[in-house]
Amino acid sequence: MQLELSPDQEMLRDTTARFLDELVPPDEVRRLRDDPTGFDDRYWERGAELGWTSLLVSEDHGGGSISGVGLADLALISHEFGRHAAPGPLTAANVVAATLSEVGGESHLDVLGELLAGTAIATWAAAEPAPHDGLGEVALEVRIEGDEVVLSGVKRPVESAERASHLLVTGRTGDGLTQVLVPTGTAGVSMRPMRSVDLTRRFAVVTFDEVRVPIAAVVGEAGRAGAQVDRQLLRAVALTCAEDVGALQLAFDMTVEWAFDRYSFGRPLASFQALKHRFADMKAWLEASHAITDEAIEAVSAGAPDAARLASAAKAFIGPYGAELMQECVQLHGGIGVTFEHDLHLYLRRHTVNQSLYGTPAQHRQRLTDLHEEEAA
Amino acid sequence: MSDEIESVEEFRARARTWIRGNLDHVGTIMVSLRDRNDEEELAGVARDREVQRMLFDAGLAGVCMPREYGGQGLTPLHQQALNEELEGYEYPMRLQAPTFTPCAAVLLDFGTEEQKQRHIPAILKGEEIWMQFLSEPSGGSDVAGALTTAVRDGDEWILNGSKVWTTGAWWSDWGLCLARTNWDVPKHRGLSVFILPINQEGVEVHRIEMLNGNKEFCQEFLSDVRVPDRDRIGEVDDGWTVGTRWMFHERMLYNSPFVTFPVGTKRGGDASVLEIARAAGRLDDPVARDLIGETLTLDHVDAALKRRVGKGIATRTMSDQSSAVSRLFFGNAATRKISISFELAGTAGAAWVDEDGEAADRGNDLLMRQIACIGGGTTEMARNVVSERVLGMPRERTMDRDVPFRDVPRAPS
Repeated sequence: MQLELSPDQEMLRDTTARFLDELVPPDEVRRLRDDPTGFDDRYWERGAELGWTSLLVSEDHGGGSISGVGLADLALISHEFGRHAAPGPLTAANVVAATLSEVGGESHLDVLGELLAGTAIATWAAAEPAPHDGLGEVALEVRIEGDEVVLSGVKRPVESAERASHLLVTGRTGDGLTQVLVPTGTAGVSMRPMRSVDLTRRFAVVTFDEVRVPIAAVVGEAGRAGAQVDRQLLRAVALTCAEDVGALQLAFDMTVEWAFDRYSFGRPLASFQALKHRFADMKAWLEASHAITDEAIEAVSAGAPDAARLASAAKAFIGPYGAELMQECVQLHGGIGVTFEHDLHLYLRRHTVNQSLYGTPAQHRQRLTDLHEEEAA
Repeated sequence: MSDEIESVEEFRARARTWIRGNLDHVGTIMVSLRDRNDEEELAGVARDREVQRMLFDAGLAGVCMPREYGGQGLTPLHQQALNEELEGYEYPMRLQAPTFTPCAAVLLDFGTEEQKQRHIPAILKGEEIWMQFLSEPSGGSDVAGALTTAVRDGDEWILNGSKVWTTGAWWSDWGLCLARTNWDVPKHRGLSVFILPINQEGVEVHRIEMLNGNKEFCQEFLSDVRVPDRDRIGEVDDGWTVGTRWMFHERMLYNSPFVTFPVGTKRGGDASVLEIARAAGRLDDPVARDLIGETLTLDHVDAALKRRVGKGIATRTMSDQSSAVSRLFFGNAATRKISISFELAGTAGAAWVDEDGEAADRGNDLLMRQIACIGGGTTEMARNVVSERVLGMPRERTMDRDVPFRDVPRAPS
């Protein structure tokens, strides 16, 4: 998280933090494990009232940022989501809202209005099953037939798909990409729930079997959505990292506190040099995660030339180093760290899931190499 | 003196014009430990002094140093602008550390008016290159356990002992020296700091050969070196107050507002991994590309962390001690990157010919890998600082506290 926040940003963050403290304390998150959808309607609507879905949407469309940099503001909410392992498709819903506002034109304003109000949820159907699961790879086919478009293919994992009223589907039309806003009730759309380690996030495999929707459902220009899809991916990566940093920060703070409180051999754990040195390494990884995430967010919001590189560096770093940090937190807690009654796993789960979404660390390393090579050429 | 300072943009424009008109464009600068022959090294030193003098005459030296000592009295943002404008140009690499920080920084903090007037302008003109006479062969990290001794003799002090790890002492002018002035009090309370010319009778400079053939590190033997009392920095026996700031300035290094570090400058061992893989014919190998991506990740993160910590310290949202966080990260990232470079080089890591290009010589880098975790304070010390000073964990128990230094257990000699 940024070192200095404006008073308005502080307020945005505090409001969300207090709201989440109240509505989804750890015991509630544990309880939601058995809830079929992971959260209730009222929770999301009230969150939307706090600005959860409006920060990347233009003022003309009823949204607006706090600081002038909507992504930086939203990252504060992502951070709190991480700190609370909070339910709700924050990243996916905001990616869709931003795109509808930026390139959706007039035809999707009704849906956008509902997203802003929190009365409906739209999610992004981006990733696909192997062998088309490369970073940014798209195989789902979108055909234009007169005044209709026809979708056929499979997306997975799609977050909150069963809960959503609409899916923003990224598909391929010839050599280009097309994005379509598909109502989830459309004939030919079928969903199969997936299992996940996160207690409150729900994912599904969504199959599109010759799904027909009017051409007005296309978001932006058919066959030319490539640049917009890139923007969506960068936003999703940056926000996912911001959420991870929140989860890592909380797990770290909790473990430092534990080290001070827990005594063995008549000394607090925090007095053993073998452990102190591990905490120092963890602190370095944590601060590094903050640093690269903040730079990625800034670059992505500004559309800077190095945005893609910084976003990939953030994802490639926070994946493995964040995982190591989390597992060190578990190790330093000892046996209690792998029990369901302790809170630590809520954050471990969040990071574990995020690690594989929007590109694995290995895919982002590969991408960094590609980008670097292009630049050097 | 007017309170109005030159705006960053005016300063930037002035710096840009001057740099383009006066300095050589050298592309990516490598700050490297790789061996140059002595002739080349001395020519490099001479050019560094010359460029420093040119910067001084152009009003671009000592950006954040006070104007009364020949500096510009400007801000870290001005220094940052200079770093950006110098991208790709030559700069006085050898004078940045340890001359500007920690040595000049310590003089500014603790020097008398006379000491500052005598040395700071000379430093800014490139006339004095300084070394830190800090570490000793008897102990690296435990600098307060210094055995080099200063004994008072009238208006003078007589110094005896040995200092080590001075980079380039054989072509340097002055030393900032930590010495023991009292053996009958606990170790931190019996130290004092002195300054002394290196080229004098009684100071023998011995060059140390490193694993990669580099001979820039030196060891000095001080035998009855006489230092006038006016060349003492800080109070007698209060050298640790000076020493604490001294080591803070040392850790600041590239975060220090006194240091010029052109944007895009790479340090030793940082040759493009892409070029190494290309030279080794492995650029299309997915495993190699993964390793390249890992290096690039660490590069981006290391730079971002450095900026975050620098900003945090400048804005007081982080304690000064937080520089140990970026120091620790840098050491670990650098060692990993060097291991990757070696792996990318393939068999050229073991045996090479000149035509291997960037893949050549990686074996020597690997031999020297740990220098990134040793030089400028070990990562173990950084871990102590992070855990104890940043996270507030209990300090390590030591056997040398509250006992006269002469009674502290030492290795049998």
